[in-house]
Amino acid sequence: MVQLTLPKNSRVRRGKIWPSPVSAAPLKEFRIYRWNPDDGANPRLDTYFVDTTECAPMVLDALILIKSKTDPTLTFRRSCREGICGSCAMNIDGTNTLACTKAIADVQGAVNIYPLPHMSVVKDLVPDLSTFYAQHASVKPWLQTVTPAPEKEWRQSPADRAKLDGLYECILCACCSTSCPSYWWNGDRYLGPAVLLQAYRWLSDSRDEAKGERLDNVEDPFRLYRCHTIMNCAKACPKGLNPAKAIAEIKEMLIERQA
Amino acid sequence: MADLDLNNGLAARRPLSPHLSIYRPTLTMLMSIAHRITGAALYAGTILLVWYLLAAANGGTAFAAAASFMHSLLGQLVLLGFTFAFLHHFFGGIRHLIWDLGYGLDHPMREWLALGTLAASLTFTVVLFGAAHFLG
Repeated sequence: MVQLTLPKNSRVRRGKIWPSPVSAAPLKEFRIYRWNPDDGANPRLDTYFVDTTECAPMVLDALILIKSKTDPTLTFRRSCREGICGSCAMNIDGTNTLACTKAIADVQGAVNIYPLPHMSVVKDLVPDLSTFYAQHASVKPWLQTVTPAPEKEWRQSPADRAKLDGLYECILCACCSTSCPSYWWNGDRYLGPAVLLQAYRWLSDSRDEAKGERLDNVEDPFRLYRCHTIMNCAKACPKGLNPAKAIAEIKEMLIERQA
Repeated sequence: MADLDLNNGLAARRPLSPHLSIYRPTLTMLMSIAHRITGAALYAGTILLVWYLLAAANGGTAFAAAASFMHSLLGQLVLLGFTFAFLHHFFGGIRHLIWDLGYGLDHPMREWLALGTLAASLTFTVVLFGAAHFLG
């Protein structure tokens, strides 16, 4: 359901202003969401100042610098630092994106950083993605066949393979799903853009033989039809994919099947 | 195993991360919200319309009362809002129809469609209301 305000325990309080580093260069301000599961307090917004000449150009570089120089308790996920693992997905400057591919210089003024929106927070910038992963598993994101497996690989023509472009690149960072107001209000029942893009990826695979079951699985007022083409998903995707379009294609498949 | 809770109820204490209050508004998101609000406003507007038609059917004093409200400043403002809500929802409906047919979902077309809905509904509100006034 729509809930415009945050629950009492989730309201963000003013936090600590950490001492600035001694530097001749102008400092960049970072305001970062903090929540510690061990102290029983509400989340807070801490302020850090970073000499950006001391680190590489991306927001993730600044976070790593803060963690190593100023505040080792700052917690966030990161791994590949090149936009392919999807670990450092967070809300930066009001939009969901990957910290490792978002340039600090692209943000005017202070850099506001929050965890992915409307998620249960494990600590600081780390959201609990269990539901998201369970929803992904529910669309059975693997090749399903009934014909006996061929001696070598399942063959696919270049033209059929090309149908998966714009779908297979998804890294499951959850930027799109957690940018979607429909997913915010109905995330327990609506599958959300990322998972539906994956559902469409398998519906589009010429080698897959479970199209009917896959369509049955998503044909539901909540699982699929909570998409209201708000389009935040397509705007947020750090890989430039278009989940809204994939969802529209699934709806078309369902109409074609009825005909 | 089911009631073993090594985290001491931690999952229940976890806060919900901020959403609407921190997300940078996008044009398509604002237009979606406006589509809902205008849709709701049309319920009220339709009741108004029914009242006007009933009054017209009854004639005499009933119609005079309805007409005098419609011609008052408040009535005119309500009608202006109703006209805008109707046109906004109408053009929004066309935009959603285009998207449902699978067209115009890519950048920058989706932005143009959203902007077009807004421009068309504002323009036609002015044109329709202006024409109504001009033609008396």
